[in-house]
Parts: sequence; C-alpha cells; structure tokens
Amino acid sequence: MSQYRRIDVSKTGDVTLVRFQDKKILDESMIEEFGAELFGLVDLDNRKAILLNFDGVEFLGSAALGKLITLDRKVKSHKGRLKLSNICPEILEVFQVTKLNRVFDIRDGEAEALAAF
Amino acid sequence: MNGNSESMSHEQQRWQHDFELPSERGSSRIVLDELLSQLGRFGWEQSDIFGVHLAAEEAIVNAILHGNQLDRSKMVRVTCEVSPRHVRLQVTDEGPGFKPETVPDCTREDRLDMPGGRGLLLMRSFMTTIEYNDRGNSVLLEKDLDAPPASPDDDDADEAVQDSADTNAEGSA
Repeated sequence: MSQYRRIDVSKTGDVTLVRFQDKKILDESMIEEFGAELFGLVDLDNRKAILLNFDGVEFLGSAALGKLITLDRKVKSHKGRLKLSNICPEILEVFQVTKLNRVFDIRDGEAEALAAF
Repeated sequence: MNGNSESMSHEQQRWQHDFELPSERGSSRIVLDELLSQLGRFGWEQSDIFGVHLAAEEAIVNAILHGNQLDRSKMVRVTCEVSPRHVRLQVTDEGPGFKPETVPDCTREDRLDMPGGRGLLLMRSFMTTIEYNDRGNSVLLEKDLDAPPASPDDDDADEAVQDSADTNAEGSA
C-alpha cells in the first residue's frame, strides 16, 4: 500500500476517490509531491476512473494547474476518465478564466460526479 | 529579513513593506503570510484576498524561477502597499526581463492542454492593473476595489498589457 503525504485515496465502486490534505496547494516542493502522488495513480497503479474532490481546498495556483493538466493527459492516454468536484467559487473562477473548465469534467458535488462515470 | 522595512501611517490606514527575497523555491511565503494577514486586517473579503494571493504568488514565482532562474546570488524585491480599498505590489527580479506580449495565449484551443504559461493571464484576470517596465523584469500589480468591474468579454486585455509595457519606462535597477 502506497503512502501519501498530499492526498487521501479511497475507492468507491470502480472509481478512485482522491481528496487533498492541504487547504492551499502552494509551495513548490508541495506541488511536486502533489503531482508525483497523482501521477502514480495512473502510471504505477493503473487507475482508470479518478475523481478529485477539492472539498476544503482554498487555494491553487498555476503550478498546481499544470500538474492537473499533466494528470489529465496521462489519464486520457491510458483511456481512463478524470473528473473534478467540490471546487470552491474562487478556484472555479481560475478554471473559468483559463478556460480549463473546457478541458476538465467539473461537477458540483461528489455524488453527481460519481454518477457521471 | 535583511533589507526589509515597514511603515504604517499614523492613521493606520495604509501598510507598506519592502521585502528582499532569496531566489529559492518557497520564499514567496515570506511575503504572502504578511500580505494576506494585512489584507485581512484591513477588512478585505476572502474572494478579493484570493485574487491578490494568486497574483502575488504568480508574480513572485515567475521572478524567482524565470527571472532569476533560482540563482542564489540574485534577489527578488517586492514592495507592498495595502489600504482598505487598494493594494499595490511591485515585484522586481535581476534577470534580463521578457516581453509579456510574446507570451502565447494559453486559452487558445490548441494550447489549452499545455501544462504551463497561465501566470500572466491569472495576474491580469484577478488584478485591476498589470504593468511591466520596458526591460520586463519588474511588474506592477494593483487591485482597486472601487474600479469598475472588467467585462469578461473584454478582448482589449492583451493590448492593455502590451500598451502598459510600451509606456511604462520606470527603471528598476
């Protein structure tokens, strides 16, 4: 069983549910760990259906966005599916101004996102 | 920190602080912890604090990584002014500078899934003003809570950045 420092990983049916341990995904070293742990879900564990639940996350900058985009590419190249949910209004605005809401499947809540897999 | 200075007007309606940061990963925290605390003290709403936080983080990380290229012999200077309705930040690095108008549009359909290049757009979107000096190694960011809200369809934003880069001749050396 892998040890995670930045994320909490659980399973709901076939979907891997990821929550974040940090309110602010900020510091460079934190972002590297954040990315490595997320990428491992695809590259090492071969997970095909991943839901990132952002409940409690208050800040996320462009460096973390870059990690999410790379994760999305990895998931797609493995023919998997990635969804995002529970994003606070401020971070949702970040996705909107960067138009990344077109790249990611963003759902309001966890139940709605799970149902969409 | 070395080279830091702080002042508060006697009415305590404005906080000003100069920082000198080492070009190391994570040193933006030195500014952000104090800046966010001051914004809260002046009664800024969380959503506005978020925008300033985001813009400041992007500007400082750009200066450390792209400007000074993590060269420990180079510093990043940050000046902050906070008042109840206005914040002004200037972030200056010792790098050669860049031309913001040459940064590709990260919202273009064929660039949407590129991992990087969004910092400039985020600074522009969440602040009222963004101006680079001619050399392109110093950025001035302002957020004015009394400014009229920008139209989300305002396609002149790119030109505004370019114009300000052309007209702002303020040196930073």
